Amino acid sequence: MNAPDFQTRLADALGDSATISTDAHGLVTVEVPAKHWLDAARTLRDDENLAFEQLIDLCGVDYLGYGQDEWETGDATSEGFSRGVEGMGPGRFRWRELPEAEEVENRFAVVVHLLSLTHNRRLRLRTFAPDEGFPIVPSLVETWSSANWYEREAFDLYGIVFEGHPDLRRLLTDYGFTGHPFRKDFPLIGNVTVRYDEERGRVVYEPVEIEPRVLVPRVIREDSRYKADDIDQAADDAADEIAAEASD
Amino acid sequence: MPEIRSYTMNFGPQHPAAHGVLRLVLEMDGETVVRADPHVGLLHRATEKLAETKPFNQSIGYMDRLDYVSMMCNEHAYVRAIEQLLGIEPPVRAQYIRTMFDEITRLGNHLMWIGANGLDLGAMTVFLYAFREREATMDMYEAVSGARMHATYYRPGGVYRDLPDRMPQQKESPWTKGKDLIRVNEWREGSLLDFVEAFTKDFFTKVDEYETLLTDNRIWKQRTVNIGVVSPERALQLGFTGAMLRGSGIEWDLRRKQPYAMYPEMDFDIPVGVNGDCYDRYLVRVEEMRQSAKIILQCVDWLRANPGHVMLKNFKVIPPTREEMKDDMEALIHHFKLFTEGYCVPKGETYAAVEAPKGEFGCYLVSDGANKPFRAHFRAPGFAHLSAMDEMAKGHMLSDVVALIGTQDIVFGEVDR
Repeated sequence: MNAPDFQTRLADALGDSATISTDAHGLVTVEVPAKHWLDAARTLRDDENLAFEQLIDLCGVDYLGYGQDEWETGDATSEGFSRGVEGMGPGRFRWRELPEAEEVENRFAVVVHLLSLTHNRRLRLRTFAPDEGFPIVPSLVETWSSANWYEREAFDLYGIVFEGHPDLRRLLTDYGFTGHPFRKDFPLIGNVTVRYDEERGRVVYEPVEIEPRVLVPRVIREDSRYKADDIDQAADDAADEIAAEASD
Repeated sequence: MPEIRSYTMNFGPQHPAAHGVLRLVLEMDGETVVRADPHVGLLHRATEKLAETKPFNQSIGYMDRLDYVSMMCNEHAYVRAIEQLLGIEPPVRAQYIRTMFDEITRLGNHLMWIGANGLDLGAMTVFLYAFREREATMDMYEAVSGARMHATYYRPGGVYRDLPDRMPQQKESPWTKGKDLIRVNEWREGSLLDFVEAFTKDFFTKVDEYETLLTDNRIWKQRTVNIGVVSPERALQLGFTGAMLRGSGIEWDLRRKQPYAMYPEMDFDIPVGVNGDCYDRYLVRVEEMRQSAKIILQCVDWLRANPGHVMLKNFKVIPPTREEMKDDMEALIHHFKLFTEGYCVPKGETYAAVEAPKGEFGCYLVSDGANKPFRAHFRAPGFAHLSAMDEMAKGHMLSDVVALIGTQDIVFGEVDR
């Protein structure tokens, strides 16, 4: 069964709600709305032609600030390095200076990597949580048991709530931790430090003292070698326009 | 008859058999485990978040510290993910070196595992035997990268440098002198490849030694046979990979099924278990050591016969040599840019997996076109294995929990990340 054939089968099995694409490295990616999440998962597991027996990996992604950089690379200024530290990228702010989280549509995503041993094939499955303020996605534990801890981890680090999860507790962070540390609006230096207080004879939590500091700014450069399709398209359109003008 | 109450007990985080910092909350009925609730995260360092605030190259060192007994395999997954995003392919010689060091890493990991697992279950000698050989794998790491454990040897586009022509020799010390010194340096007269070959050829007899200590050992069998049985169906459901999956009788090895580096060229077998218990997983791992040694010897032969580049000549991604920098302005600029800003990786996402000694180690990278990953996620095999602890431990005795931790080959660097 070759790749295009597999994509048609996928499309047949999953119906209209799913968007199917292939990444540059040949891995098929399926995007499903959250309300069809469980149906899609069950179909992928049980359909003989798909047979994804294993959930290899599940993780959350926070798309806040996707495609934003901290350095104007388009034009040079005389200000030198300082223009590189203007931005408020992750790692550059502290707890009290939390940047206002902008309204980003489709901020939180859950990404799943599936593996079919029968057909020796991988698949990426993604859904976006419908509500950015309180992201809820149905839990996959019933379909694949291995989702259990992965969902706990995604809940802990991103605050994505998995509806129907039997035991949704924090997994990696400290007991009594506040916030979801892998969100892009959570400071890299954290919020509190822990130390042993000699006088009080116990461990105390204190506001973090270290300065937020990132040495290398986040930079996005347009590179002609890796021209994105839309840039290609824009260039082609511009060329067509010029050609049309010239022929007039 | 007095009523026996079930009670809760803490296993770890300061327990020598907890393999690091595992806190296991066990609900006991007498000496039988009713429920096991692992509390992990004591070693959580937010590697993924750190990787998101650093240029791609600067996170390779963090990979060594994930599963800190199979360092280079972690690097391999991360480096492969970057290479896939950049669309570059390292030279063949670099691929062979990676294949060889992946297998040396596998030996190192399995030696650690057999030693620690033996020690946990009361077999002291095997630990001493295994660490004797493990020292040699550390020396290979050191010879090639300068560091015994955290090598940072794999780079996008190849490996840091070619294999050294001379294997460093041991110097005389109060602990190694006289006959010992001569014996230790016997294999170290020639190049690194000579040392690797001499060690690996001898290694088969060493594996036999471990087997004479354990395979038919009555106590070892009493502690492992029929303990922690996982059916193939459950193993798939629970996301098991590597020896945990093969022990349950499923023939699945990424080196064969979705090959990377030079594994398609290699001749090796995939051992599988039958019963899916701790003993079968032990047998699988022991046989894997022999197969790894076979692969290493094949790599040594090829590397001897085929000198060449070990890094791509693509100066947008790899640094120029010092010599070039001295008289070429462009080289100097590239060097400066690479070590200050790094390189921008094209927009996209990728998932690269390798067959690490513990199972499938995967790296999921999302790039938005910047010099830092937008999202980096690492799929650690031990994470999925440990999450099945409750199911595996239920109904077993307290002492079997130790056998289960050993058979899962847990390392907290990768579970907690």
